[in-house]
Amino acid sequence: MKTELETGLERVEEIIEGYKERGEEGFLIQLLLDIQSEFNWIPREAIARISERLRVPKSKIYRVASFYEAMSLTPAGRHTVQVCLGTACQVRGAPKILDRLEERLRIKEGETTLDRRFSLRRVNCLGCCAMGPVVVVDGNYHGKITPAMVAGILEKYA
Amino acid sequence: MPRTRLNSGQELRELRRKIVAGRDLNKPFITLCSGTACHATGSDAVAAAIQEELEKQGLTEQVGVRRTGCHGFCERGPILVIYPEEICYLGVTPEDVPEIVSETIKGKRIIERLLYAEPSTGERSVHEQDIPFYKHQTRLVFKGNLWIDPTKIEDYLALGGYKALAKVLEEKTPEEVLEEVKRANLRGRGGGGFPAGRKWETTRNAAGEPKYVIVNCDEGDPGAYMDRSIMEGNPHRVLEGLTIGAYAIGSHQGFVYVRQEYPIAIANLGVAIEQAKEYGFLGENILGSGFNFDVKVHRGAGAFVSGESSALMNAIEGKVGEPRPKYIHTSESGVWDKPSNLNNVETWANVPLIIAKGADWFNSIGTEGSKGTKIFSLVGTVNNTGLVEVPMGTTLREIIYKIGGGIRGGKRFKSVQTGGPSGGIIPEQFLDTPVDFDELTRLGSMMGSGGMIVIDEETCIVDLARYFVDFLCDESCGKCVPCREGLRRMREILEGVVAGRGKEGDIEMLEEIGEVMKKASLCALGTTAANPVLSTLRYFRDEYEAHIAEKRCPALVCKDLISYYIEPEKCVACLLCLKNCPEGAISGGKKKVHVIDQEKCIKCGICFDVCPPKVRAVKKISGVPVPPPVPEAEREIERRKVRSGGERRR
Repeated sequence: MKTELETGLERVEEIIEGYKERGEEGFLIQLLLDIQSEFNWIPREAIARISERLRVPKSKIYRVASFYEAMSLTPAGRHTVQVCLGTACQVRGAPKILDRLEERLRIKEGETTLDRRFSLRRVNCLGCCAMGPVVVVDGNYHGKITPAMVAGILEKYA
Repeated sequence: MPRTRLNSGQELRELRRKIVAGRDLNKPFITLCSGTACHATGSDAVAAAIQEELEKQGLTEQVGVRRTGCHGFCERGPILVIYPEEICYLGVTPEDVPEIVSETIKGKRIIERLLYAEPSTGERSVHEQDIPFYKHQTRLVFKGNLWIDPTKIEDYLALGGYKALAKVLEEKTPEEVLEEVKRANLRGRGGGGFPAGRKWETTRNAAGEPKYVIVNCDEGDPGAYMDRSIMEGNPHRVLEGLTIGAYAIGSHQGFVYVRQEYPIAIANLGVAIEQAKEYGFLGENILGSGFNFDVKVHRGAGAFVSGESSALMNAIEGKVGEPRPKYIHTSESGVWDKPSNLNNVETWANVPLIIAKGADWFNSIGTEGSKGTKIFSLVGTVNNTGLVEVPMGTTLREIIYKIGGGIRGGKRFKSVQTGGPSGGIIPEQFLDTPVDFDELTRLGSMMGSGGMIVIDEETCIVDLARYFVDFLCDESCGKCVPCREGLRRMREILEGVVAGRGKEGDIEMLEEIGEVMKKASLCALGTTAANPVLSTLRYFRDEYEAHIAEKRCPALVCKDLISYYIEPEKCVACLLCLKNCPEGAISGGKKKVHVIDQEKCIKCGICFDVCPPKVRAVKKISGVPVPPPVPEAEREIERRKVRSGGERRR
């Protein structure tokens, strides 16, 4: 019986191979994005493996992974709550929505609840400004949100 | 129809004839907007309902269905258009579908309630073209979006797609193409407005092989989404423009950089590249001309600064997306130190038009210094949010009032913010300014990528400046000192001002820091980062002063400077605010005037939002002390009735 770590690393290996086969240059970011979407974060073990296989110093990988917003070096909760704070949502009251979410979940944006149920993230613009303010939970869009609606939305995600 | 390689322009023309001949224009078909916004408002469910209903009524053969890209009127999506009559229904839900199929498709009767109704007159419009939002636009670049299924290249070909590419490869030398684009005065639609033709020429003449051409679809400017909509809805148009550019520049490898927040755009672009390869619009020996060109997609990983050309090129190399000093232009030394030409999506999408219709035609649209049309993303507190394409030189008033339908909820217009976080704010007195690159710069703002955020009286200008500085602070890569440190100090000062800790001298300090950042930062992010502060100071200095001197927020927004207060004479003791207050800060009863305990209040504003519009007892106050609560003895009231409909939540 394989451990979770072993199966995970096998998947990492597959992703690395996929890129190596194509023989392209400069695929580190694309590779990390794939790992992020596979595991919802980038585990330390994955970084060690990439470093070995690509012969790239770990420090360089950490530099890339910590620079980009879309990559996370800490594990995420079961549900990811994204609050759009683009300018259009901002002027339509998004900061109040974020306040409300932070109060409800008792975490700050960028953090995960202790029970790993929710991760709260702010995003800069989702490009659906007509629906602002927008909250996206696990890819489901909730538009034209008011602070009073926040609790009801969270309840839908166990 | 299986796709086979085309070996000449002639074969393309024949294919087009075949596609067009195979389409019965009298056959009813439905187009459904499936851009990100409509996706979010449920266009998937509507599409499924259409499929189900057509099957149920046995009409799958007789009625065509096409899922198109963004139609631009995102406020009222999902948008459904029924051809050949071109009946346009807005805000369609799955529940409406059976009626649409039986009534409109079979019965040829129009369903009034789904049509657009003019808010002021109630007058209904049957066709998309009659809706004021569309009527006053000039849709050239965006046109195909209404009609094309982005995952079917044949739809693009039917509209004359890749005709411009064929024309270039058959009839023109690269020099002639370059000349045409230069003569058209096409300026880059992504930021600075640099003439595209001149940039192309520099890359063409630069030493070094291979040369690269790049599409910038990073579109990090919050509030702007025209590039996403073009890429999602009409990716071939961008690819065609890029290939024409590559031919003129002498490049054989292109990159498309798309931010990963745009999953539909990435998916549709991938499909488009595959289909273009099948017909031989990409790859070796394109249309039998001997010209080779290939395209790779690079997903951006979420960094605003990566939209800057040199930073974007670093990211393509797999590195951290930080800018390089620009004393060597990327057009001479870009990706892997090779000459690289970068333009944004909208710029490339203009190229096939210029080639097909000629530079003279393009020059006939727009103003002296800015030719052609521009797509604006009209958002914020405007009635008709959406994408608006108008000739350069259209006034702000026309865009915001004629097309945008004015300000939401009858509020007063305060200003419009253009150019994203690098841009600035334009107040009411300049509403009649014709919008083009140079006019916006003259007003202390900029075109940027075309974001246009309308702001009403309920937005605090200082808080907005703080918002932009906060955003830029997060997004500054930290490589150069003026940008990194300047933004932090600005943020500190602005956070103090909105929190009531502002002091004399803060404004002057902001100006001084701003000037240094403008002069000394490394890339365009830093040199323009002070714009939101400097331009708001230019036009709304009094608001800054009110925050600092009187500790008052004129727009009643800044939390630390406002208090919520229930006016005892207006309160009807309906219990709504009391029940909804998350902190239990409101006391009162069925017949007792409600009072907010200012100590417990966290100023979330829920009481303000839930107080019935007909009552409006909850009030925001700023700059003056909160009146003392009503004495206990006077709190008893005869419970006043809220007039009908009033008790409904807003």
